[in-house]
Amino acid sequence: MQLNPKLFDRDVEQIPIRQGFGEGLLEVARVDERIVGLCCDLTGSTKMNLFAEAFPNRFTQMGIAEQSMASTASGMAAMGKIPFISSYAMFSPGRNWEQIRTTICYNNSNVKIVGSHSGVSVGPDGGTHQAIEDIAITRVIPNMTVISPCDAIEARKATIAATTMFGPVYIRLAREKTPVITSENTAFDIGKASIVFRNEGDADVGVIACGALVYNAIMAAKELESEGVKVRVMNLATIKPLDEEAILKLAKETGKIVTVEEHQIAGGMGSAVAEFLAENMPIKMRFIGVRDKFGQSGTPEELISHYDMDVESIKSSIRDIRM
Amino acid sequence: MQLKSFKKFLLKINDYNMHLTENKIQELEIKANEIRQSIIEMLISAGSGHTAGPLGMADIFTLFYFHILKHDPKNHNWEGRDRVVLSNGHICPVLYATMAHSGYFSIKELNTLRKFGSRLQGHPHREFLPALETSSGPLGSGLSQALGMALADRIDNNKTSDKFFYCFMGDGELDEGQIWEAVMHAGKEKLHNLIGIIDRNNIQIDGYTEDVMPLESLRKKLESFNWHVLEVDGHNFEEVNDAVEQAKAIFNKPSIIIAHTIPGKGVDFMERIPEWHGNPPGKGPDDIVSKKDQGKRALAELRTLQGKIVSEHE
Repeated sequence: MQLNPKLFDRDVEQIPIRQGFGEGLLEVARVDERIVGLCCDLTGSTKMNLFAEAFPNRFTQMGIAEQSMASTASGMAAMGKIPFISSYAMFSPGRNWEQIRTTICYNNSNVKIVGSHSGVSVGPDGGTHQAIEDIAITRVIPNMTVISPCDAIEARKATIAATTMFGPVYIRLAREKTPVITSENTAFDIGKASIVFRNEGDADVGVIACGALVYNAIMAAKELESEGVKVRVMNLATIKPLDEEAILKLAKETGKIVTVEEHQIAGGMGSAVAEFLAENMPIKMRFIGVRDKFGQSGTPEELISHYDMDVESIKSSIRDIRM
Repeated sequence: MQLKSFKKFLLKINDYNMHLTENKIQELEIKANEIRQSIIEMLISAGSGHTAGPLGMADIFTLFYFHILKHDPKNHNWEGRDRVVLSNGHICPVLYATMAHSGYFSIKELNTLRKFGSRLQGHPHREFLPALETSSGPLGSGLSQALGMALADRIDNNKTSDKFFYCFMGDGELDEGQIWEAVMHAGKEKLHNLIGIIDRNNIQIDGYTEDVMPLESLRKKLESFNWHVLEVDGHNFEEVNDAVEQAKAIFNKPSIIIAHTIPGKGVDFMERIPEWHGNPPGKGPDDIVSKKDQGKRALAELRTLQGKIVSEHE
């Protein structure tokens, strides 16, 4: 696994995950004419503007109408297009959940849903705009694939990869600049998890993380080295379908799993892992995420810390489960 | 003119010559009546489902599938076909019955409606029946889908496309906000080949539309969103056909046809009664006809054209 060589440096590059989507869409749209884009008055915020400026004829400005956007995309997909719909995750897949369920997923329609501004790290905008339920409401729908990239490079690869598979895909993005974890040479395949941090020899605890918090998980593991705690960190970029083989392997190797996500614990990535392990290899688990609370205004750092998703909180969970 | 191009020219003329002859109208009347009988039979067999809407739209569906649409029932994937999006999925008995009568599948299959394993799901599901253009049931999403299809077609063919995108809607579902998102959007895009048909039968589950949530003045509302609006008697084949012809000729706007229909049309004791919206024969209001006789009476009425012909069925 070739990660960013500067991962542990203080001046590691920071790029918003959504930027990777914008660049990936532009890149793949150049080679695949079937790709069209739809957006609800947030073209710059979701970075769909890169595509919209390059391909104005293949871009549809929906106005602030997320429900119609989902169904319009379904109609375009019925004519052979590969539509990408983008907005803030709170509004798509939040506001338009039923249209996504019925007109996209029930039809097994080839629409890619891109939700930006997920998580509490949206910051000052406050709880109304912080989608921390989107993994739950997308992964519960049959036919849907759910991807939460950990950085901008992975988001670019995920966007391109989503066009190579048929069917609905949800790609979860975040607003803030976040450290670049992977590199151009890091492999990315939909449905494949990867170990992004490991010590020599056996590990005591396995951490499964997704999204921007993969970075915090890696930092926690790195810092625990000095305490003699050996942690293996998995980047579970595809939440559905689960990479069951890789999760089972990590569970067998460590016997203890901590999941880390910027999402409600109820119904999120950790729940997906727990559902699988409870049936196949029940082991001790701890969950890092939001515990049945709404978000609020603050800086991303303040909020990540307030909701116990910072490096220290992850370290405590790991220490706790190791006992 | 060379023979080949002359033939092409004739075909083109034929395309535009969609006038209804007396014979054709008679043929359509008979077909619509058969389709109504199928609707009643399939609802009796299913034991649940909607009655009034399907009967009210039987004439329009017959006209579309036997006269207006470019389609090939034996090759439902034919790329050049017109697209039909049924937005108010609950009236699917009329869609299924019309598709069966026009050759998409056997008429016998209609009796599997709503049963386990059937391709004819209680509300349409394209994964079960691929000849459908979409799945529907939750109201208000069809117009956006038809709009998406028309937009995709415009990206590929600019304005030279000869395909039309029809969306059938109920009037009750116009309560849904999403409809108005799509109405606004289609007006902006000036999609000439998008044609909506509203089944204006004035009833919805809880009663009359103007009591539940007034829609009037519907025409003015739609016109103000930059749609070309036509109003017709939905049981008059010529009027509906002329309206569709006019809608096709409008080049700088989407068109919508408000089709005034009689819910339950064709069966006297069902006509205009809101309680027949969501009940099948055998489970409808029994102040006129007892529940056990509703199916039989409905079929007898249809077979005798509401008593206009006396036959061996009487």
